[in-house]
Amino acid sequence: MNSSYLSDYVQKIPPSGIRKFFDLAATIDGVISLGVGEPDFVTPWHAREACINSLEEGYTAYTPNAGLLELRNEISDYLYRRFNVSYHPTNEIIVTVGGSQALDITLRTILNPGDEVLVIEPCFVSYAPLIDLCGGISVRVSTSPENGFKITPEQLETAITPKTKAVMLCSPNNPTGTFLNKNDLEALSKVIIQHDLLVLSDEIYAELTYDEEFTSIASISGMRERTFLISGFSKGFAMTGWRLGYVCAPKDFISPMLKIHQYTIMCAPTMSQFAAIESLKHGENEVGEMIHSYRRRRNFFVESLNEIGLPCHNPGGAFYVFPSIRNTGLTSEEFAENLLLKQKVAVVPGSVFGKSGEGYIRCSYASSMEALQEALKRMKNFLYTLQ
Amino acid sequence: MENLKIELLRALEENARYSIPVLSKMLQTDEATIKQLIKTLREENIILKYTALVDWSKVEKHEEKVFALIDVKVQPKRGVGFDEIAERIYRYNEVQSVYLMSGAYDLSVMVEGKSMHEIAMFVSEKLSTLDSVLSTATHFMLKKYKHDGTVFEKVKEDKRIVVTP
Ligand SMILES: Cc1ncc(COP(=O)(O)O)c(C=O)c1O
Repeated sequence: MNSSYLSDYVQKIPPSGIRKFFDLAATIDGVISLGVGEPDFVTPWHAREACINSLEEGYTAYTPNAGLLELRNEISDYLYRRFNVSYHPTNEIIVTVGGSQALDITLRTILNPGDEVLVIEPCFVSYAPLIDLCGGISVRVSTSPENGFKITPEQLETAITPKTKAVMLCSPNNPTGTFLNKNDLEALSKVIIQHDLLVLSDEIYAELTYDEEFTSIASISGMRERTFLISGFSKGFAMTGWRLGYVCAPKDFISPMLKIHQYTIMCAPTMSQFAAIESLKHGENEVGEMIHSYRRRRNFFVESLNEIGLPCHNPGGAFYVFPSIRNTGLTSEEFAENLLLKQKVAVVPGSVFGKSGEGYIRCSYASSMEALQEALKRMKNFLYTLQ
Repeated sequence: MENLKIELLRALEENARYSIPVLSKMLQTDEATIKQLIKTLREENIILKYTALVDWSKVEKHEEKVFALIDVKVQPKRGVGFDEIAERIYRYNEVQSVYLMSGAYDLSVMVEGKSMHEIAMFVSEKLSTLDSVLSTATHFMLKKYKHDGTVFEKVKEDKRIVVTP
């Protein structure tokens, strides 16, 4: 087929580096995977049961565009209870198909062709392509390992031009696990307010912090009016396959956004919404247990990686560790490919998350302790063969 | 320290076979401290023992075991309440567990035996003849589905695809 049939926007998007890796890993037996970007917990039973009950009772129709009001009420209560931010359930919250769709409709709501959006790398793989699809320009801002990949106000300031419209922030971060605390966010907010920018705050890992309490940037003075709080149930509540998230923003942003949402998706899946109501109402204990379990594994894994010669900072959240492979002399792609072929351990090359991810690999510790221990053994062997 | 103690107990409850070096990393605490803390927890009888959870139904040719859960109504005694009779009951080797319960009866007693007959004899000859025991109701266990939070039978499988963003 002639590629002239395709839109320029879609042609400009490079193929996913993760996809390539998945295809390779899928052909090999006995792989231990540290390449999975989702919890190793199955969704707690009470949430699954709530979904089953909703189906038994025949709730199989559409919900309102913005989602079930009961769910929006629960989201509103939850955000206030946990993070001290308040959003009105009737006109400041849209329930979306994962955080992914929330990111998409937010960008489509605010961007005109040529608008610049700052993307802090290394970061989640979708940000730049979603901006490109809107005709926006993704301006990559690299962070550095010296301070654990935290974006500094100076780095932010330098990247801002008159065309800059918004900044995408993600804490805790995928792939680095980097956590921005209240002080960090306050310092960044000053720059953002000074330049009158919008913020897309991807808070999908907000539940998963291990050393400090999570702060939402929307709770910082002067920020709520310019913040799109994007979150969801995938990570904290172990509900990736349910495809459910949400975006919160002041109502003047939400109502135009709802137009895009209603014409493209109509509403998020009804049965998933029922499960999410249950997760928010009664999920606290299970989430608490998951956090304890992740924290133990993080501590173990970070220390062990450092011990075998893969230095990494101690990430404050999510379930990723981002060790340096610089001293092996390999690129991150070569490292990941050889590790997979020779020792059957799957990790993700840091370069797929942006230029500043080169020289690093992303390892997820959302795997059993047995798997982590075996993977470490194999990685140690692999490093030994490189010497 | 209190936090460390709880974190250590949680980790050991998850898997009592975590080695000292692994625990040390998990809890971000040096090995000597972990070792000492475990010793103290043993001495204080907070950690009572380390066991394996066995699904005996999968083991061929092992001795048949029968379990019964017995609801026991008793006459509590002034001054010692239920403790004295509970102690009398748990001394029997056949008795696996004893709980004081709210509701229709007082003690819930799990008994292990080689046969239903053996358990029946234990109940009629030993348990019901104790002075404070007013009545018993014996329920034989037919199948174990879940024990101490662990599901029997099922093998855990990872249903996730290998690499995702
Ligand atoms: C940083 C980040 N944002 C958003 C998402 C999207 O999650 P979902 O669409 O499942 O809510 C992910 C998933 O990997 C992520 O890591």
